[in-house]
Amino acid sequence: MKLVAVTSCPTGIAHTYMAAEALEQAAIAAGHEIQVETQGAAGAEALNPTDIAEADAVIFAADVDVRDKDRFAGKPLVSGPVKRGINNADAMVAEAVALAEAAPAAKPEAGSVAPMTAAAPKLGPGAKLRLWLMTGVSYMLPFVAAGGILIALAFLIGGAEINQVVYGGEFEGVTYEAIANPTDILAQAGFAGVLMYLGATAFSMLVPILAGYIAFGMADRMGIAPGVVGGLVAVAIGAGFLGGLVAGLLAGAVVMALKLIKPGQALQGIMRIVVIPLVGVFVVGFIMLVVVGQPIAAAQSWLTDWLAGLSGANAILLGLLLGAMMGFDLGGPVNKVAYLFGVGALASGDLTIMAAVMAAGMVPPLGLALASVVRPKLFTPGERQAGKAAWLLGASFITEGAIPFAAADPLRVIPSTMIGGAVAGAVSMAFEATLRAPHGGIWVIGLIGNWGGFLVALLAGTAATCLAVIALKTVARSETAAEADEHVLAI
Amino acid sequence: MSDLITADLIDLDLHGADRHEATARLAGLLAAAGRVTDADGFLADVRAREEQMPTGIEGGIGIPHARSAHVTAPSLAFGRAPEGIDFGSEDGPADLVFLIAAPEGGGSEHMTILAKLARKLIHQDFKTALREAPEAEAAAALIQQSLT
Repeated sequence: MKLVAVTSCPTGIAHTYMAAEALEQAAIAAGHEIQVETQGAAGAEALNPTDIAEADAVIFAADVDVRDKDRFAGKPLVSGPVKRGINNADAMVAEAVALAEAAPAAKPEAGSVAPMTAAAPKLGPGAKLRLWLMTGVSYMLPFVAAGGILIALAFLIGGAEINQVVYGGEFEGVTYEAIANPTDILAQAGFAGVLMYLGATAFSMLVPILAGYIAFGMADRMGIAPGVVGGLVAVAIGAGFLGGLVAGLLAGAVVMALKLIKPGQALQGIMRIVVIPLVGVFVVGFIMLVVVGQPIAAAQSWLTDWLAGLSGANAILLGLLLGAMMGFDLGGPVNKVAYLFGVGALASGDLTIMAAVMAAGMVPPLGLALASVVRPKLFTPGERQAGKAAWLLGASFITEGAIPFAAADPLRVIPSTMIGGAVAGAVSMAFEATLRAPHGGIWVIGLIGNWGGFLVALLAGTAATCLAVIALKTVARSETAAEADEHVLAI
Repeated sequence: MSDLITADLIDLDLHGADRHEATARLAGLLAAAGRVTDADGFLADVRAREEQMPTGIEGGIGIPHARSAHVTAPSLAFGRAPEGIDFGSEDGPADLVFLIAAPEGGGSEHMTILAKLARKLIHQDFKTALREAPEAEAAAALIQQSLT
């Protein structure tokens, strides 16, 4: 008889491999063939699809969710904790063989033989949610690092106007035409232009990847298409990463619900290939576009009017508000309103607001990077990696560098970035720092008036973010978060 | 790559009131050899793992382990406990204790070696040989050989 098995455990350095060895020994001793996939720290070598197709039964000895469970759909399954695989490998093999013999051989698609649920990880809803978010974040991280650093390099080499040179717009009184054909960028905007274009392209995938892989974490690979499309719609309606979180969770939930429908056997193939993708993409896309998109647009125009009404009010208060808005959704709709308010003020000759907005936009990644160094234990290894890139991204006024932190733990991180942004905005206004460029970060320090005051604003905001996030993560650190983190470490 | 285990990481007469004390002793060996920078920090990580689920395995084995920032090189400390130490396995206390220390960002090459070791622990003849090893050097050689 042919068997396949998957073993996994929380740390991924010991039990995973012991169970694999024990199962192999037990299967061979009983005269069967077995292939084991060890989902541990040494990296999993995926089972050959042919072996899975030919397998008569499947064994899971796993304490954390088995990755890509879809591959085994319809096979007789024996599943148990990893220790059972070690201590009672013989029994697991025998059960798998018995199940395979009992299963009608003519119906390999009969998914009812055993429920496709891995044993053990009894995670509460809070921990599960965090696990899903972290899955999305872990796939998004390379896009943040690559895109952010490419953009920062583009500013460094090409000067702060490189964004306008490539994408059009006004910079310091000069108006640039957008370069319509990307293949002309190298000739017209030089190497820095290419860096800018590639960085911006990588960034355009942040939210779709985040949404797609949150849905993947919830509903396996069937979740990816609705999640990515929902994420693309979130980008199109300017909903930012919070929109991406909504799209991803929505897509995961919709696909999970669709999977509960058990049609007749004849329709099962159609279900997976056509119905779930079609219905999932449509429902998620429609909700994002119509139900989520409209209120966001309305809220944005309301906020814009409200800010316009505040002009002439207390400057420090305005800086405080704009700063908090910059830190709220890190490139999302509220952040955009504050940023465009700064750009608008710049065009009408008020240079202080732009400085406050930029300081507040630089602070979230810087403060979180600092916190991940000061208190590494409060952050996952992935977040600590993101922290290293966040220094450069923050210094370059790429607020998105904070998204990996915020998407993984929004309730604790967003208040921190808002506090830091508010402090930076208010302090910058108090010193009446000015800025003549719409972006560029620390690299346009030559265009900043009263740069000493601006630096004080940066430092104060960075410190405030760092302190706030440490306080919130320490005090409000729930059991569930710690539990989820343990599982994430194993992945 | 340095050896996973050497004779000075072995205690053939391991005692301890409970698994934490026994683990702490083995961690002390790792710290003395400079393979663990902060024994207390490392032990906290091991304990966090142990509290998730005890690491005792049937057949008299305990494998406390952790991936920890305080570990400089993938290492193994081995203790033989003549009186047995409870590691939470249902069939009784463990007399072979393996403390596995993996660095946080350990490359997959290191992890492959640890995986090999874990697989070895299933084999009865390996366990018997370890129980009968006359001195630390012999036990170290035995483990090191099994990994090549």
